[in-house]
Amino acid sequence: MNGTAPFALAAAGLVGLGLYGMLAQSSVLRKVIAFNLLGIGVFLVFGIAARRGAAAGLPADPVPQAMVITGLVVAFAATALALVLTLRLHQTTGAVTLAEDPPTANSAAPSE
Amino acid sequence: MTALLLDLPLALGLFGAGAATLLARSLFGAVLGFISTGLIATLVWVRLEAPDVALTEAVIGAAATSVIILYVASRIGNRATPPAPPPIAQRVLAGILSALLAVLLAHALFSLPEPAPSLAAPVLDNIAPTGLGNPVTAVLMAHRAIDTLLESAVLVFAVFAIWSMAPERRWGRAPGPAFMAEAHGPLAFLAKVLPPIGIVIGVYIAWVGADAPGGKFQGGAVLAAMWVLPWIAGLVAPPSISDMRLRLAIAAGPLVFLMVGLMGFAVAEGFLAYPPGYAKTLILLIETAMTLSVAAAMACMIAGPPERRARP
Repeated sequence: MNGTAPFALAAAGLVGLGLYGMLAQSSVLRKVIAFNLLGIGVFLVFGIAARRGAAAGLPADPVPQAMVITGLVVAFAATALALVLTLRLHQTTGAVTLAEDPPTANSAAPSE
Repeated sequence: MTALLLDLPLALGLFGAGAATLLARSLFGAVLGFISTGLIATLVWVRLEAPDVALTEAVIGAAATSVIILYVASRIGNRATPPAPPPIAQRVLAGILSALLAVLLAHALFSLPEPAPSLAAPVLDNIAPTGLGNPVTAVLMAHRAIDTLLESAVLVFAVFAIWSMAPERRWGRAPGPAFMAEAHGPLAFLAKVLPPIGIVIGVYIAWVGADAPGGKFQGGAVLAAMWVLPWIAGLVAPPSISDMRLRLAIAAGPLVFLMVGLMGFAVAEGFLAYPPGYAKTLILLIETAMTLSVAAAMACMIAGPPERRARP
């Protein structure tokens, strides 16, 4: 495993944590945070595959690394858009969740 | 053995910080947990011998993402009561599904063949014509240039989408809320002192990307931070979103990339092929335009859509 075993376990664990957070939390903002945890885990899976693919004198396979760099930037763009949508949802309806029958829908006043 | 002494705490810390993010009662606890997870992940990338990714994770994954999450959390966190969690059955099912996925993924990682499949050798065999010394940059700019081109277009569309969230009457104003100018605070001091240093660092990181760890995304993100900092301190007014110079800066990267790509039909073997002998020059041209675009697009994404004056 050339020393990647602890990271492999942590990356797989982060993917599980992130998926659970996206499914089992109702706050949209916390779902976005969980989405980013999932992302960190998935990118590390690529990183471990890259490190395992060390060959030809390179310490890690450059192709998965390039894909992760691309992925990180796209994940940032997706997060920024999701956050703006979350903020607009809160500004226009006062809600912080998309769940049916949000308990705060009636009490919070729309601010926009 | 010494490596394991370093790697085990890192791996435990990574998972622990991720778990703390989920378990945190308050929204701010979750945000702090996420920031820690991102920083530990940066160190893990260093241990995985991927300095290019470590830089990207540090600047974009940990820093820029945390800034925008913290900003939105601070604006909605205190005013909203946390919503009721989903029904217990849904949470149990989600837990089983997530645990199953994690176990399968770990199993897949542990059962990779030895030696694992690798494209390192083909990349190195074909790096000479590009004139680049950093194999990751060679993949980004030559071997898989189409991915990078599409990604640079994603940034432009993300800015479109974010701006389109602006209320009708805010259209054409500057991105983000208007910040109060602070003449003497620590923020104003940092916003005056950091940019001259940060701009040099950002340009340097973008420039050395051809031969050493670094590149346009990492350098562009540093430049974006140096541009946003004076906005937040209220020292500099950001340009209006209908300013053609700002729009051109955001679109320059994909436009130059696309033009060089189309030129490949005429002077080289096809789309995104570089003519022999001019690869390095053209790659540097694209990287320069993309550094500018990444900086402008990320600054606009951090600032968000045009808004009224923020309440102090």
